[in-house]
Amino acid sequence: MKSREVLLDVRDLEVAFGSRRKKFVAVNGVSFQIYKGETFGLVGESGSGKTTIGRAIIRITPTSRGDILYKGEKINGSISKELDTKVVSEIQMIFQDPMASLNERAKVDYIVAEGTYNTKKHLSKSERAELVENSLIEVGLLPEFASRFPHEFSGGQRQRIGIARSLIMEPQFIIADEPISALDVSIRAQVLNLMSKLQKERGLTYLFIAHDLSVMRFISDRIAVINKGVIVELAETEKLFAHPLHPYTKALLSALPMVDPKSEKNKKLLVYDPKMHDYRTDKPEWTEAEPGHFVLCNKAELKRILGELAV
Amino acid sequence: MAKKTILSVKDLNVKFNLRGKILHAIRDVSIDVYKGESLAIVGESGCGKSVLNKNFIGMLDVNGFVESGEILYFGLNGTEAPGQAVDLAKFKKERDWLKIRGKEICMILQDPMTSLNPLKTIGSQIAEAIRLHQNLKGAELKKAVIKTLEDVGIEDAKRRCRQYPHEFSGGMRQRVVIAIAIACKPKILICDEPTTALDVTIQAQILGLLKELKSKLDLTIIFITHDLGVVANIADRVAVMYAGEFVEIGMCEEVFYDPRHPYTWALLSSLPQLGVKGKELYSIKGAPPNLFKHIEGDAFAVRNPKALKIDFIEKPPFFDITPTHKARTWLLDKRAPKVEPPEYIRNIRCGKEKRG
Repeated sequence: MKSREVLLDVRDLEVAFGSRRKKFVAVNGVSFQIYKGETFGLVGESGSGKTTIGRAIIRITPTSRGDILYKGEKINGSISKELDTKVVSEIQMIFQDPMASLNERAKVDYIVAEGTYNTKKHLSKSERAELVENSLIEVGLLPEFASRFPHEFSGGQRQRIGIARSLIMEPQFIIADEPISALDVSIRAQVLNLMSKLQKERGLTYLFIAHDLSVMRFISDRIAVINKGVIVELAETEKLFAHPLHPYTKALLSALPMVDPKSEKNKKLLVYDPKMHDYRTDKPEWTEAEPGHFVLCNKAELKRILGELAV
Repeated sequence: MAKKTILSVKDLNVKFNLRGKILHAIRDVSIDVYKGESLAIVGESGCGKSVLNKNFIGMLDVNGFVESGEILYFGLNGTEAPGQAVDLAKFKKERDWLKIRGKEICMILQDPMTSLNPLKTIGSQIAEAIRLHQNLKGAELKKAVIKTLEDVGIEDAKRRCRQYPHEFSGGMRQRVVIAIAIACKPKILICDEPTTALDVTIQAQILGLLKELKSKLDLTIIFITHDLGVVANIADRVAVMYAGEFVEIGMCEEVFYDPRHPYTWALLSSLPQLGVKGKELYSIKGAPPNLFKHIEGDAFAVRNPKALKIDFIEKPPFFDITPTHKARTWLLDKRAPKVEPPEYIRNIRCGKEKRG
């Protein structure tokens, strides 16, 4: 476990919007590491800052404090042009709404190839067309779709185009920002299967952002739970589901819809109230409660958590 | 059982006229909705869930029309015909619909941001509905507005009814939409994917609110969704819809623990909740059929790897499994070979036995 290569290292990241009097801190001191080849899940409610973290990593949103290290190199703030080109091509993003993220006025071949016009300028027309064809085939679309417009496709097919667009850059790290929330149940399964197939074939690393823990359980290796810009718990998927430690994680898990009418009708909803923590004298710290399972808590809470774990 | 039918759909056929071509959106649908139950209609997008329900409140798009069939509504207790059925399918004029829409049957739409008017305060939008149907004025009207807001769990209603939609969060906005819907005390509430745009935690709260209102106001709820987790939470009965017709109807437990139609199997097994990590998730091959063409036999047969020969030739009738559970598949015929449901489905069943 210890010898795994760290691909992305986020240290004490802060992202703030606005300035001075109207400053709003969306992400507050977040640190985590993503290992090469894993799927790292980021879960939280809307407005918790999970998308902001994703956008900060691919340099869309400027950071106000902290470091983001990609393969040991700092990629936030001002960096050299060569590194910028490298980061932009190696880190790609898949967006939430396939209806909104594709250019309505461009044909599929341009949408998919757009990235290569900037980074692979030496390509000839036919070479570029071949690249587009290959990446379309890889996501399970037909090569002749290249001459069509996005509106001719269904939601699932559009999301595949979005994935093809990121694959053509030969990325190593993909940020998937709620890629399946806007899709139908039956299509969700197809897109999830495609993503895990690509991961196996190309050794991709994913940062998977979602609000639905049930999907996370299926796809992620490790999960971080984020609330109001602060990560409150981080653990391997099965550990998190077996012993959720932070009250916010417990509340999220209790709200999960299960496909079982009997347990669903009798379930009790836990509500997370931030006032339940008494942090006036005892400040919360990032603590490792069991190996590989981190939680944000103070000393009194840690005692209770260790007691829970011992049972 | 003394269940009173409140809405009865009989052999309904709805078609759309699209540039001269005819699209057959609803094909021979029959269902009874009982008073006080919550019925969930499940299916992929484009299978006709919303079109069916738009018929109940006369909101069908202009190019759509009811070709044949009846929609009988039994809830009307006006002076004209107490307890008598009205055929909603025969309604043509807007004036007729005003008696039903809002007052008797109400609808909640998917996205709360698009169904509220951003230029009007929340209070005036609720007041509009109450004034139209209950003829209240002045202080009385204001009181009624505040009471409805409190009913849907919005705190500090006096101040909040002067605010605009953008000042509310997504969950709160959906509560406001529900408040407008229940303001006139309808008998049937149609919820068209009311929680898809919301977070899981908020979704759970809204479902809780709907359940609470249902028992408090004696509502009948028709719930349209593609999320089977939500169905398990709220529904008494489930109707699975595919390509414009119902393929399986049954009590919630029956459909989840003992599904019979291959399409229901496919829907259930494609859920990530039931998937095993590292293994491929089951996904339904192909796309729903083209409704411009006439469909021979079982509409799902083309996408069903285990389809029988007869599925392509003749449309199966409904077979009764229990008095409340029926499915439209030839697998239930006594001459049919025994086909085992997929592995995931058996897992749900085992789970049931473990719990007793």
